[in-house]
Amino acid sequence: MPRFIARNIVKFVLLLLAVSLVAFTLVSVSPIDPVQANVGQAALVNMSEAKRAQLAEYWGANTPLWERYANWLTAFVQGDLGMSLRYNAPVADVIAARALNSLALMATAWAASGVLGFALGILAGANRGRLVDRIVKGYCFLLASVPTFWLGLVFLVVFSVQLGWFPFGFSVPIGVSAADVTLADALHHLALPALTLSVVGVANIALHTREKTIDVLESDYVRFARARGLSTWGVLRHHGLRNLALPAITLQFASISEIFGGSVLVEQVFSYPGLGQAAVTAGLGGDVALLAGIAVFSAAFVFAGNFIANVLYGVVDPRMRKGAGRA
Amino acid sequence: MRSEREICETCDGGASASVLHAPHAIRIGNRRLTLGVFVAAVAALAAVVAAGIAAGDAATATDFAQKNLAPSLAHPFGTDWMGRDMLLRTLAGLSTSVLVGLLAATASALIALVLGTVAALGGKRADAAVTWLIDLMMGVPHIVLLILISFALGKGFWGVAIGVAVTHWPSLARVVRAEVLQCKEAAFVSVARKLGQGPVRVATRHMLPYVLPQFIVGLILLFPHAILHEAAITFLGFGLPPEQPAIGVILSESMAYLSAGMWWLAVFPGLALVAVVLLFDAAGSNLRKLVDPHSSQD
Repeated sequence: MPRFIARNIVKFVLLLLAVSLVAFTLVSVSPIDPVQANVGQAALVNMSEAKRAQLAEYWGANTPLWERYANWLTAFVQGDLGMSLRYNAPVADVIAARALNSLALMATAWAASGVLGFALGILAGANRGRLVDRIVKGYCFLLASVPTFWLGLVFLVVFSVQLGWFPFGFSVPIGVSAADVTLADALHHLALPALTLSVVGVANIALHTREKTIDVLESDYVRFARARGLSTWGVLRHHGLRNLALPAITLQFASISEIFGGSVLVEQVFSYPGLGQAAVTAGLGGDVALLAGIAVFSAAFVFAGNFIANVLYGVVDPRMRKGAGRA
Repeated sequence: MRSEREICETCDGGASASVLHAPHAIRIGNRRLTLGVFVAAVAALAAVVAAGIAAGDAATATDFAQKNLAPSLAHPFGTDWMGRDMLLRTLAGLSTSVLVGLLAATASALIALVLGTVAALGGKRADAAVTWLIDLMMGVPHIVLLILISFALGKGFWGVAIGVAVTHWPSLARVVRAEVLQCKEAAFVSVARKLGQGPVRVATRHMLPYVLPQFIVGLILLFPHAILHEAAITFLGFGLPPEQPAIGVILSESMAYLSAGMWWLAVFPGLALVAVVLLFDAAGSNLRKLVDPHSSQD
């Protein structure tokens, strides 16, 4: 066990180093001039030479890449993520404020899609070949082809514009001071983005659970239980759920990367002030420190999900323990 | 394996599958149907691309007398705030998306082929390096990586094409690696080696035909992902520029008009995109049934 942990810590550190280096290099080789991108074409033309040089200095356009990366890394090790030039605040603060919004969104969608997908998977697996099964399967295959952001737009059109049930974007009501925002307001704004993310996230887990349910129902112990007179639902409740739940939870942890990716798009559609939207703003504005910070944060987030999944594999299936130790 | 390939060749050639004897008549019918679906899907996609290219100029023609029209017979998809016909714009956008998807997915598949083969044949170090690279690619959310790469290349067509190309290879590389590893251990390869055939000949004559079917199916199944990610990254503002017809551009522009009730700006182009992705999926999964009968049961 200590070896397993040590190995994963080394892997984690290497991954973060690589991700931060890649993020830094990629943003720095970009031909997009950060000064122009943030000031705007018209203002840039009318600006004095000295002012332009000062701004170039502010955005670090003239410092070589290695020096910038070395500076950033030294500060990072000391717990300082640098300043977000775009938001004019420490990166750690920007990420912390937005991570809370994003995590609320992702956690809701993660849990909802997990429970819904699990239920649909069992329903389809128990009714294999029947109409319910075909509908669930068709729904899952169809969703794999539906772009998340378009689904978000359709939900906006239907639920916000036509029906008026939900607000048109943002995470809090407009024109209300932060102190007056109630939990109900926040939830009301959270509902539609979370619904979009959950609906898309269902497919994977439902198909997986369906396969597992079919396996379980064909096993010898289920045949024996049936012989004792248990109904299909009785079999599933007493013998199926335990065997089905843990693999599903594991899979759900491993799919955190996809939920994060989906949240970037959904946040953009709903103008929801989360990490994804900050990443897009940082990318469009050439905010190196913030973009690198978010890339590292997302990598750590995904790594944590995969790590939990790996550990759970070991718990679920003792045969995997060796494999988890190696991986 | 041999007989399967013969069947495929006869199917591809369009000749009747005389290899199979009578009791398998039903399966021949299935295979014909599968082939038919595959050909129909490819033809439909080709038609979309052709229509999109033909619509090129008409798609950007503005007519302010016809602006903000809801869908009607004259404009089945409606018109936008500049009086452009949304059907033509959507077609032009779809053909751009398909072409970008084809280019990026093909490049990505080639990367997967090279890296998968290197990992399988290049020894322990190469294998570890490729595996680590795959872990790195999988370790960052796809969209974040795409944003970074597209930004690094200055956005635009090449930004999104290269971005999609260099991020979509890991899963296929894993498949290629496993296939080549399996093939390396196969008896017919060691027999060929013992018979004195050089590594190049073994690779081209014995390994390539073994890996190729899986590879081509993998390639086609990459298209839907490539197209969806192209649209997503363009939607976020990191992909194709606004003046180019693209589904991502259409959808991101439509956002400003949704609250005014112009739902057709978003709904129809998105539905068309879903249809194209489904067509690619149908082509890929039917081709897979043809080259890999094991998967045809589900």
